[in-house]
Amino acid sequence: MTYTLWIILTGSLVGLTCGVTGSLLVLRKMSMIADAISHTVLLGIVGAFFVSQSLNGLPMLIGAGVVGILTAFFVESLHSSGVQSDAAIGVVFTSLFALGVVLISFIGDQVHLDTKHALMGEITFVPWNTLQINGVNYGPIAVWMLGIVLILNLFLIWIFYKEIKISTFDPQYAKLIGVPVVFVHYLLMTMVSLSTVASFDSVGAILVVAMLIVPGATAYLLTDRFFPLLLLSGGIGILSALIGYGFAAYWNVSVSGSMASASGVLFLFAFLFSPKHGVIVRKIKNKQYAS
Amino acid sequence: MIALSVNNLTVTYDKQPALENVSFAVPEGSLTGIIGPNGAGKSTLIKSILQLLPTLSGSVEVFDEPYKKQKKIIGYVPQRSEVDWDFPTNALDVVLMGRYRHIGWFKRANKKEIEWGKTCLAKVGMADYANRQISQLSGGQQQRVFLARALAQDARIYFMDEPFAGVDAATEKAIIQLMKDWKSEGKTVLVVHHDLQTVEDYFDHVLLLNKTPIQYGETQKVFTLSNLERAYGGKIAFLDKSPVVPQGAE
Repeated sequence: MTYTLWIILTGSLVGLTCGVTGSLLVLRKMSMIADAISHTVLLGIVGAFFVSQSLNGLPMLIGAGVVGILTAFFVESLHSSGVQSDAAIGVVFTSLFALGVVLISFIGDQVHLDTKHALMGEITFVPWNTLQINGVNYGPIAVWMLGIVLILNLFLIWIFYKEIKISTFDPQYAKLIGVPVVFVHYLLMTMVSLSTVASFDSVGAILVVAMLIVPGATAYLLTDRFFPLLLLSGGIGILSALIGYGFAAYWNVSVSGSMASASGVLFLFAFLFSPKHGVIVRKIKNKQYAS
Repeated sequence: MIALSVNNLTVTYDKQPALENVSFAVPEGSLTGIIGPNGAGKSTLIKSILQLLPTLSGSVEVFDEPYKKQKKIIGYVPQRSEVDWDFPTNALDVVLMGRYRHIGWFKRANKKEIEWGKTCLAKVGMADYANRQISQLSGGQQQRVFLARALAQDARIYFMDEPFAGVDAATEKAIIQLMKDWKSEGKTVLVVHHDLQTVEDYFDHVLLLNKTPIQYGETQKVFTLSNLERAYGGKIAFLDKSPVVPQGAE
C-alpha cells in the first residue's frame, strides 16, 4: 500500500472508532469526560513506558485503559463526595496530565515521545512506524492498534447493546431490573481510553476529543434512533477524516488539524440544515406557521 | 399474605434524616396510596425500598424473602421528569426495556416480545404511537409509555411515583384502569400520590407519611381528619378546595 493510502486508512479508522464510541458519551451527556481521559492517558502511556521500556502497542493500551478507568473513578468519587462534577473533571484531569508531563521529561531523548507530539499527534509519521516480525513488514502499528480497538469496541457494543442503551436512557430503572449500571459505565470509560490511546499517535490528545465528540453531536442532530445514530456517527467520523485529508493534501497543512476542522464544518452543516433539528429549517417552519 | 414488609427503614440525606424508622406491612392485592406533605419523603421511601437510594438501616422483605431475591417481581413507574426524553428512541423501544430481564443477556427482543410490547402499548391507549420518537409525545403520553413498560414487566408488586402529576384526562383514566386491572389480577400496587381529594376513590389502603409513618391501614380507618392534621401539621390542602401544588422530585 502506498504512503497516502496508509494515512487515509489510519484517519478513517480514527474517525470510525472514535465516532462510534464517542457518540455514546454524547448521549450520556458526558462529553467532557472525553476531554479528561484524552489527556490523562498520557500518564498511562508514560507509565507503560517506564514499566516496559518501549512504546509498543499492548503495554500502552493497558496503561491507557488503567489510567482511563482511574480518571473516571476519581471523577466519580470526588463528585459523589460533594465536588461539582465539572470541577471534579477539571481537577482530576489536569493533575493526572501534569503528572504525565513531569514524567515525560525524565524519558528525555530515549524515544520519540514529547509533549507536543502527545498533544497534536502526527499522522504523517504513522506509515513509517511499522510492525516488524522476523523481518517481515506487517504495516503501521497505529493501523493494527486502531483495528484491534475498533473490533473490540464494536464487539462490546454488540454484546452489551441493550444494557448500554437502557443504562444511558434510564439508569435508575436499569439498576432496578438488574442491569450492572456501574459496570457499563466503566466499560464505556475503558472503551474511550482505548480509542484515545489508539488514536494518540495520529491526532494527539486535543484533537482526539474532536473526533470523539463532534461526530456524535452531529449524528444526534440528524437522527432520532439509537442504532442509526451509532452508524451515522461512525460514518461522519470517516467522512471527516477523508475531507480533512483531502484538504490537508491540497493546501499542505496539518492533517489532524484538517480532520478535526472538517468534523466541525460537518457539525455546522447539520446544525443549520438538519431536516429535523436544523436552525434554518426550524426558522422556515416557524415562518410557515406564522403566515 | 403480606406482599411487602418494610422494617425500621432509616434514610439520611446530606446528614438530615429523610426517613426515620419506617415500618409497615402491605397485604397482597391491595392498592396503597402513599400520602404526605412536601418533603415527607414519599419518593425517597419508594426509592429506598427499591434500593435506588442507600439506606442507613432497616430491611425490606417481599413475600417473606429479602428484597434482593425478589427483584424479578418488582415493577416501577418512575416520575416522568427523571429521564431525558430527547434520547433517540421510540415508544415501543422504551416499553421493551421492561422485558430486558426476561430477554436475558446478549439477546435481542424476538417477535413474541415485540408483540407483547405492542399489546401493552394498546392497553394504555397508545397503540398508534409505537414508532413515535419519544420527544414528540405529550407529557401524558410519555407517562403512558412508562405505564406500558411497567405492564410489560409483568411484575407482582408495582411502585408508581406520582403517576397522576400533570397528566391529561385520558392518561388519568388509563392509570386508574391499569390499577383496577392489577388489583383484580391480585397484584399489589403502591402509589406516591399528592391529590388528597381522590385518595378515597383510588386506594383501599393508605400510608400517611411525614418522615415517620403516621399510620398505615385501610383507607377509611387511616384517612381521617385527625390523622391528616397530624401528618400535615394543620395545613390540609383539600379542606379549602384550593388546587394542590404538584410536588417536585425529592
